[in-house]
Amino acid sequence: MNLSLLKRGAHAIVEAVESSHASDAIAQRLRELGFVQGEPVSVVAFGPLGADTIAVQVGFTRFALRRSEAARVRVSLQIA
Amino acid sequence: MNSAASSPLHIALIGNPNCGKTALFNRLTGSRQKVANYAGVTVERKEGALRLPSGRLVRVLDLPGAYSLNAASPDEAITRDVCLGARADERRPDLLVCVVDATNLRLHLRFVLELAQLGLPMLVSLNMMDAAGRRGILIDREKLQALLGIPVVETIAIRKDGAGALLAALDNNLPAPPAPLPSETDLHGAVQGLLAAAVTVPRRTAEIDDALDRWVLHPVIGMLILSAVMFLMFQAVFSWAGPFQDAIETSVAAGGNFLSAHLPVGMLRSLLVDGVIAGVGSVLIFLPQILLLFLFILCLEESGYLPRAAFLLDRAMLASGLSGRAFIPLLSSFACAIPGIMATRSIQHPRDRLLTIMVAPLMTCSARLPVYALLIGAFIPDRTVLGLVGLQGLVLFALYLVGILTALLVAWIVKRFGSGHVDTALLMELPSWRLPNPRDIFIGLVERASIFIKRVGGIILALSVLLWFLASFPAPPADWHGTAIEYSFAGHIGRAMQVVFAPIGFNWQICVALIPGLAAREVAVSAMATVYAISGGGDAAAAQLAPVIAAQWSLGTGLALLAWYIYAPQCLSTLAVIRRETGSWRMVAISLAYLFALAWVAAFIAFHLGGMLSGVIAGAGSS
Repeated sequence: MNLSLLKRGAHAIVEAVESSHASDAIAQRLRELGFVQGEPVSVVAFGPLGADTIAVQVGFTRFALRRSEAARVRVSLQIA
Repeated sequence: MNSAASSPLHIALIGNPNCGKTALFNRLTGSRQKVANYAGVTVERKEGALRLPSGRLVRVLDLPGAYSLNAASPDEAITRDVCLGARADERRPDLLVCVVDATNLRLHLRFVLELAQLGLPMLVSLNMMDAAGRRGILIDREKLQALLGIPVVETIAIRKDGAGALLAALDNNLPAPPAPLPSETDLHGAVQGLLAAAVTVPRRTAEIDDALDRWVLHPVIGMLILSAVMFLMFQAVFSWAGPFQDAIETSVAAGGNFLSAHLPVGMLRSLLVDGVIAGVGSVLIFLPQILLLFLFILCLEESGYLPRAAFLLDRAMLASGLSGRAFIPLLSSFACAIPGIMATRSIQHPRDRLLTIMVAPLMTCSARLPVYALLIGAFIPDRTVLGLVGLQGLVLFALYLVGILTALLVAWIVKRFGSGHVDTALLMELPSWRLPNPRDIFIGLVERASIFIKRVGGIILALSVLLWFLASFPAPPADWHGTAIEYSFAGHIGRAMQVVFAPIGFNWQICVALIPGLAAREVAVSAMATVYAISGGGDAAAAQLAPVIAAQWSLGTGLALLAWYIYAPQCLSTLAVIRRETGSWRMVAISLAYLFALAWVAAFIAFHLGGMLSGVIAGAGSS
């Protein structure tokens, strides 16, 4: 599944970041920011008005992402 | 050991955003900073100087924060170019000081490894060691140093002696550049290895972050908190600055009286009292309010709240065609549109950035505050609404709100009728919460105050004198029946402008004051002070302006001027920045034209509304 489908408080592990098109700068930046295989990731909060913005914690850093950005991140749920 | 006689060392501070680089730069260079621009772009160039214990001079360049050498914005492009030595006007640094956040090495060390490929001498500065200590993070500095092949020092930028280790390290000979890693190395994997060997982290997040973000990022409660913060800011600006303003007012009046008493009646006295003191004094009075506003914005910035506000507002702003990233530039525009427009460099997409630049002047800048304060003081009664909130503060808040709502509307219209869709990224870091550091806030405030005073001293003084001249000459002949100023150049210009401005209720005095207001918004107040001071016969009347206009203008005129100023075309300095940022005179012309149109229409509506209100009040009063 991808990051934009994760529920609040659920913990997952990043598998990969998929480029949505050739030379996808956003995907490249996501990888540089730490969305790499094996990193723990979770959703901290959803934004108002339709939850189109997501605050996530990856590794030790918190980021604000849009759904379309988070959708590039493929994750696997952790069975806690 | 490098001797004091040798040439200065050129170092550059480099690091991810939010590593405390600015605080470290302030700690190293103190007040010896010079802020300018990189040639050809509107990225800020910050340089400072310091003397090492050995006496050697060091020039410190504070490079824009960057996540990687794969530049995603003009800021990051500058950082990359300076490191590569690709800029003709900027020498390659002798030494890179990589500033990293010791509480987040997982993210920050990756950039260090990337920079190590450049073959430049490097130092790593583990900053925020105090926060790391509080969170129980243990870093084996020597092991990290050995594994990296780069000297590592610990710094606490916010402490007085917190950069001692860095200064000592700078006094040594330049370290050899680190051995580059094989080009295909997985940098994140390498960082994992370093952390496993040298760093112990008890928990992934700080407790304070979890506790605060639970409420601040909450969709409903977070919005309430945001509204409360904004409202508090505006109420405070209007109420708390009072005692300071009174002090300045008293000094200005005293200065005027002193000169009136000691100088003979004549041109010189008139120039000094009616021109200079009335003009400059009436604007100085608003310095406390402007500083208070900046204080709030700086504290919000330093605490880490602003990106969270952008997170909350992104969806709403996106509906209008603006990105959440536009929030910080737009918020800065409340203080002054110039740094606000310059801050749009963090918005990658050119069309998104252009839109934010065009809309930024609608955020009521602090220069309009003197005009608002004057008019609200003169026309809005000093009452309390519901026993809680001052009516005057409420009106001020409403004025700001109208500006914001118009900005959203304008952006929406542009999006609706513009071409193509905007593919921007939000992708914003939410840094750890931290207490704003008083010293850094103070340095920021002093910078702001000095810019304001330079404007007062420079443009406003010159314009006050010019206006005094225009208003005093030619002097009327003995048989002239009207006031002296009507006969002067100023009077003629003002009456000529009335063709355009009479329908919105502006009398010729206001028209005259609007012209110098183009150079600097605050000048409108000083211009009116000058015009009325002269008309009134020469007493030092800077602080008496409010009652004068309250008595002479109709409610409609007062409200019309208020409405005008929400949208009024901006000062020349802002136009110059827009020209620089967009590289286009067309944009400047469009900006002037649409703001003028908006201002005129708003003033028209307000004038007639005011007229109706006066009628209602008069009717109610007589019953």
